Amino acid sequence: MLLKLTGGTVYDPAHGVNGEVRDLFVRDGRMVTAPGPDERIDREYDVAGCIVMAGAIDLHTHIGGGKVNIARAMLPEDHRGDPVHRTDVTRASCGHAAPGTLAAGYRYAEMGYTACFEPAVLPINARQAHLEMGDTPIVDKGGYAMLGSDDFLLRLLAAGAEQAVVNDYVAWTLHATRCLAIKVVNPGGISAFKFNQRTMDLDEAHPYYGVTPRDVVRTLTRAVHELGLAHPLHVHASNLGVPGNEATTLGTMDAAEGLPIHLTHIQFHSYGTEGDRKFSSAAARIAEAINRNPNVSCDVGQILFGQTVTASGDTMSQYRNSGHGRPRKSVVMDIECDAGCGVVPFNYRDKNYVNALQWAIGLEIFLLVDDPWRVFLTTDHPNGAPFTTYPHLIRLLMDRTFRNERLALLNPAAQAMTTLATLDREYSLYEIAILTRAAPARILGLADRGHLAPGAAADITVYRRQPDPERMFAAPAWVFKDGEVVAQDGKIVKVTWGRFHAVTPSFDRGIEQRLQEYFDRYHTVSLGNFRISADEMAAFGHGAALVNHACERREP
Amino acid sequence: MSAASSQHEQHAVACPFCGLVCDDLVIAEQDGRLRVRANGCRISTAAFERESRGDGPRVAGQAVTLAQAAAEAARLLHGARQPLFAGLGTDVAGARAIVRLAERCGGVVDHMNSAAGLRDALVLQDSGWINTTLTEVRNRADLLVVAGSDVAGRFPRFFERCISNRETMFGDARRCEVVFVGRGAPDGTLGPDSVVTVLPCDESRMHEAFGVLRALVAGRAPQAAGAAGVPMPALAALAERMKAARYGVIAWAAADLAYAHAELTVQALCELVRELGRTTRFSGLPLSSGDGDATFESVHLWHSGYGSRTSYGSGVPEYDPYHFSTERLLEGRMADVLVWVSSFSESRTPPATAAPTVVLGRAGMTLPVQPAVFVPVGTPGIDHAGHLFRTDRVVALPLARLRNSDLPSVSQVVEAIEEALSCY
Repeated sequence: MLLKLTGGTVYDPAHGVNGEVRDLFVRDGRMVTAPGPDERIDREYDVAGCIVMAGAIDLHTHIGGGKVNIARAMLPEDHRGDPVHRTDVTRASCGHAAPGTLAAGYRYAEMGYTACFEPAVLPINARQAHLEMGDTPIVDKGGYAMLGSDDFLLRLLAAGAEQAVVNDYVAWTLHATRCLAIKVVNPGGISAFKFNQRTMDLDEAHPYYGVTPRDVVRTLTRAVHELGLAHPLHVHASNLGVPGNEATTLGTMDAAEGLPIHLTHIQFHSYGTEGDRKFSSAAARIAEAINRNPNVSCDVGQILFGQTVTASGDTMSQYRNSGHGRPRKSVVMDIECDAGCGVVPFNYRDKNYVNALQWAIGLEIFLLVDDPWRVFLTTDHPNGAPFTTYPHLIRLLMDRTFRNERLALLNPAAQAMTTLATLDREYSLYEIAILTRAAPARILGLADRGHLAPGAAADITVYRRQPDPERMFAAPAWVFKDGEVVAQDGKIVKVTWGRFHAVTPSFDRGIEQRLQEYFDRYHTVSLGNFRISADEMAAFGHGAALVNHACERREP
Repeated sequence: MSAASSQHEQHAVACPFCGLVCDDLVIAEQDGRLRVRANGCRISTAAFERESRGDGPRVAGQAVTLAQAAAEAARLLHGARQPLFAGLGTDVAGARAIVRLAERCGGVVDHMNSAAGLRDALVLQDSGWINTTLTEVRNRADLLVVAGSDVAGRFPRFFERCISNRETMFGDARRCEVVFVGRGAPDGTLGPDSVVTVLPCDESRMHEAFGVLRALVAGRAPQAAGAAGVPMPALAALAERMKAARYGVIAWAAADLAYAHAELTVQALCELVRELGRTTRFSGLPLSSGDGDATFESVHLWHSGYGSRTSYGSGVPEYDPYHFSTERLLEGRMADVLVWVSSFSESRTPPATAAPTVVLGRAGMTLPVQPAVFVPVGTPGIDHAGHLFRTDRVVALPLARLRNSDLPSVSQVVEAIEEALSCY
């Protein structure tokens, strides 16, 4: 099957293509070079005047796993406002803040997203996370395994284990959980909370293990680097949401000691203590540090106003924030001496000083980080806002006038505390294509995604050019997934099941003996059943292939 | 046939017959008969060692092929205006398939244990909770309060696996004190050197006792001689003991809170936990009722956003825990076909109803009334592989196929029905 997309204006930053009119060719799900004159084009799409990009990639979105299902269970009132009807091609589900897996896949695809990554897979909960992602249609998916508050790692660090042993454990975890990357959440803090510690600073020793969050970040950053993972350690830093946490965030960058580190939902970690309310923006200092340190990348975790729900592994922070929840309910859960989760519904209000300033801080970071390859477009779905707000967020980035109009509606005290109105930058389509396609593919090591050169997977989004980018990005004219049209004019026309992405770095199998004894003594699950087999993955995903990306070890 | 009759032993077998899903069983198989060789309990031994009978599918009592049974089920479902999919004792694959079929037929889904599950779910929806899971209890708990529940009866290995162990991640001399509020546990449940207190109470009023405990923990002095039959000095002592715990746990089995508005009792427990959490660590441990309830609820939640008692009649999931209960729909003759699924237990038979009934039952199920369609199905974890969620809805464990079996799985039967439906 040979397809031709004729005459589109192509944005493909991975290859420096900035709004050039080009024909694109697709054969059997892959981009190919222009065929010879004798070859028959099976189907031609006239996309003249349209904007063509690779399918978008969300590198941080909570779409599957225990905490998302708890959020769903807590919010029947939210689901009722957004029922998803069964159609000839799609199934019934629910949307908004904590959508069903079916709706999540459909709506991502309808917006031109073709890959989504769940960033907080508790190893003990990985099977559920993959089952849920397996029931998320159309998009490619993958997870980041959470380490850093698990007893096994903390006891290794407490005992002064060699880096090589930690590396083996990290690699084993990736194999066992079928994940693509490693995440750390409030390093050591989820564990400290179980020992009744309520706050944890970067250089504070854990009450039981004596290990500091800095130790955890340094060791895991190195492990991820030496194992040869494409994605740097994905860090949800200590002190989320705490006024003055900028110092922790800057210190966490330093803890990487120059190795690659990705700071996630950095908006929630860019707070100062200036002003009457002792809550201010530290976005300028954070962005400046990112600009200065090429080893650092971030995603923003933008908040947008309205009802949502926050779901996080950070029990310490979620317990602290549970009093701010709306409606007033919360779940905090300690999980298996492995990690935890906390779910707190939030209603961000533009007239609220803190919420308004959080909104401004996120946008300041977007506009003050110079390199679009190192700042990623996320709302930390659903923590800052549901992912369905992305088109609105893109308009805020692309349209200064619109942004300033919105700013003028906010809590006046917050307006006085942000430099946003003075920031003239407007993102170009090329830069948006970097943030949402080329850069996430590169930082996740997805060589055949996020670009449109021959050999790439034919994940393509075609937008009708419109003056309002929010409308344009909300409902693309065509979305191709692996060469098939899955959405047209913002509606699903075909349901496919995507792929799973994972890594399987090599390691010394000797670690398994140690883990076997450990599990037998302390756990309520056996080691063999903790590991997820490739056969299981095949059953989870409606036939979605499991793609294991190569890792090349790097010397210490 | 020496190979066929040779004994085969499997280790690290997961048991699907209660919410703990212990996965350390050793099971021997010989000619299709199973023997629990190690780490069994009263429930698992009976359930694994039960002889399977070889009856095939039946339509109106007559033996038929699976395809014929599926065709008749499809005929009934095609003509139904509000089919009810109930029982739903199945694994992840079965739950996925049932959700798909129910949605396609515009039916209602309701798990056989949803009345108990709702006592917890309503609290989750209204105020939430602070909870924990089994490995945390095993390693951290220094105080367990059991609230009016037969934990030992429903979860025979709970105390052995999570409470009586001395060795933990944090030392080898852990002692977890146990306080039963309400019924105690049979002798021998806990070791001879364990510290156990039983505070008998009127269980249906135990929310009063837990409300008083909450007041005491909060530093207030209720003017009462006691609550729910527990004298005040005992409550005061328990409040102090709870405050002194480093990692306390309150466990309950919602199935045992079988009285009106028991969700308010669960809420009282959860709010007490929250109050204790101001100064120390305390957690709730809701224990599920089994027959795959945690599995069905989890799978249905991620598809639709809702638990049991959801209707697909209007093309969207509509959740109404009052109107869409099996009992109400059958009593009011509002369901015109009942599809009953019970693959773990042959004793959980469908409720009496005039509605034509399609039963996907564990092989060996005997029914007082001949249903319209009966399809004997394999048991996940015995006759076929599968996955099951533990009571905490965090850990999903693989279930193994332990013997050769011709019995179809629930998901296979549903696929056959779907295929037959596509002829209409």
